[in-house]
Amino acid sequence: MTDEKKASDPRKIKSVRRMKEIMTNYYIGAKTARENGKKVAWITSGGPVEPLIAMDVIPVYPENHGAMIGATKMGVDLCEKAEEMGYSRDLCSYARADIACATINGGPIGGLPEPDFLVCCNNICGTVLKWYEVVARYYNVPLFILDTPFVHGKFTDAAKKYVIQQINEYIEFLENVCGKKADPDRMDEVGRLSVEAQRLWQKVLDAAAHKPAPISAFDAFFHLALIVTLRGTQETVDYYKGLSTEMEERIANNIAMVKNEKYRLLWDNLPVWYRTRWLSEKFASHDACLVADTYTSAWSGVLHLIDEDNFLESMAVAYSSVYINISLDMMIDTLKKMIKKYDADGLVMHSNRSCKPYSLGQYDLSRMVAKQIGIPTLIIEADMVDERSFSESQIETRIDAFMETLKA
Amino acid sequence: MITAGIDIGSITAKAAIIEDGKIKGTLVDFTGYNAKDAGRRVFNALLEKLGLNAPDIKALVATGYGRNSVDFADKSLTEITCHAVGAHFIAPETRFIIDVGGQDSKVIKIDGSGKVIDFAMNDKCAAGTGRFLEVMARALEVDLDEFGALCAHANTPANISSICTVFAESEIISLISTGEKRENIIAGIHDSVASRISAMARRVGVEIPVMMTGGVAKNIGAVHALENKLECEITVSTYAQVNGAIGAAVLASRR
Ligand code: SF4
Repeated sequence: MTDEKKASDPRKIKSVRRMKEIMTNYYIGAKTARENGKKVAWITSGGPVEPLIAMDVIPVYPENHGAMIGATKMGVDLCEKAEEMGYSRDLCSYARADIACATINGGPIGGLPEPDFLVCCNNICGTVLKWYEVVARYYNVPLFILDTPFVHGKFTDAAKKYVIQQINEYIEFLENVCGKKADPDRMDEVGRLSVEAQRLWQKVLDAAAHKPAPISAFDAFFHLALIVTLRGTQETVDYYKGLSTEMEERIANNIAMVKNEKYRLLWDNLPVWYRTRWLSEKFASHDACLVADTYTSAWSGVLHLIDEDNFLESMAVAYSSVYINISLDMMIDTLKKMIKKYDADGLVMHSNRSCKPYSLGQYDLSRMVAKQIGIPTLIIEADMVDERSFSESQIETRIDAFMETLKA
Repeated sequence: MITAGIDIGSITAKAAIIEDGKIKGTLVDFTGYNAKDAGRRVFNALLEKLGLNAPDIKALVATGYGRNSVDFADKSLTEITCHAVGAHFIAPETRFIIDVGGQDSKVIKIDGSGKVIDFAMNDKCAAGTGRFLEVMARALEVDLDEFGALCAHANTPANISSICTVFAESEIISLISTGEKRENIIAGIHDSVASRISAMARRVGVEIPVMMTGGVAKNIGAVHALENKLECEITVSTYAQVNGAIGAAVLASRR
């Protein structure tokens, strides 16, 4: 106890500092790309970024930027601005916040660097299609759309052909906008680095299977940034190697993220960016740790589908099979595996007003989980960026009541 | 042992005092804007009514939205747990509770020992709450206490399609202007509230016997409309409005 008190909060993850450094440099690099003769592409969070890295293009993620807007509590102003422009309040708050931000160069980093072109993959939702069309018109830049069919159970041969064909078109598109040929060796190298980073990321997440968990989902939300934005770079591999080692050390020293971890919960859907600290403290006050989540594992969940020796083609299939582009039956399989792996006592589902594809089916999933595994679900209604959809006292009551039930 | 429970809701504050498994007394007061004062006030008034002094109370549990502002409570617990325990205390056979209060409604499924199995809450919107009924009663210039009873005089309940309180109110105003019978409109309003709540109840899975609690349980029209929708009998105890406070007092005695 005295030892624990002496050290400056041992529960704090040390790699955080390095992450902040890398992300700051990354955004500086992106904002000064033009001066340095580099191209910038905006890409959706589930889009294949590896070809961009291989072509030396700086990828920029409006969704990651949206998360920053949410975390810095700038979401409401920007969402309202978008609503003034005529966008519906029902539109995803990432889209609203980013569209508004582009017109005033506002937000936490004074707006994103202007894109030279856009890459949109609809494996995450249909919203991004219209959103990217708006951006393409606004900046008058070319847009590449990668259409990934919804997976109803089996990934058919026809679907496979369809996405592989598009990956070839994607490379062609990149060669045109960049004015240079793609280098297959470089592509292979980036592919390998991406796979390695995903493996390491999964390893970090897996560390939470240990009791007590050395890392919580709330931390994963933060450490996720690199695997989203820069997978395929050596820097990312190195970072997650370090983070993974830190997890091993924490396990060896029995450092728990939640001091008296008694209850282990699984989070579903995007974080509530402006309330991660509040939520994590609220759960911790009940000795509960959110040990894992379906969201951060989306960037490594399809690892088993990737063949390093045939990266581009297998990547096409893998990108189509991400967690929110598959049927409920496939989702429940993933959920059940996670509940088992992390030995979760309950499920916390964020019914996210913004993200319909992620939130649709949550009631069915919670019922299936109750029936098949016998663990309860708490549903929290909120929004990832738009604070107007968050009511503290109401959510507090739900969490307290859920925990009282779990403890009884 | 004498213990107390205080339930601070959005509109009313309730207190209950029990002694050795028996209810000694209960009291309801308005919350007003200061939840902290309301807790004190209703507690002191009940003590006085029963001729007790604060030191006689061995333990006190606070519940309701204002539970954390009751600074003299030994513990605070949510309405979900307290309603479950309260309903079980009053009628141990109860398996399902529908609580409709001023600003929210909730359904709670419990087991034979009063333990919560599952629950759902509507706290995002006024539809399906006491507030909805209040607004509609005002629009129709009917006293809230008579509002529900008037349903019995309807021949064909009007169809209110909007679930939003504001839109429903304008729908009602246009129904009035078309000359629709007032009782039919009132029955339609109660049906609309019942639909909202029964959908939530079905999501959790209704189990009989069902008990209704909260201020709206005093509204006979709402209770009947719910019975129709859920196709089962619903019991309402005389303690419906103070059920949460009673549960809190029972939980206080278990500490
Ligand atoms: S709707 Fe969901 S998946 Fe689509 S951009 Fe918004 S948050 Fe992302």
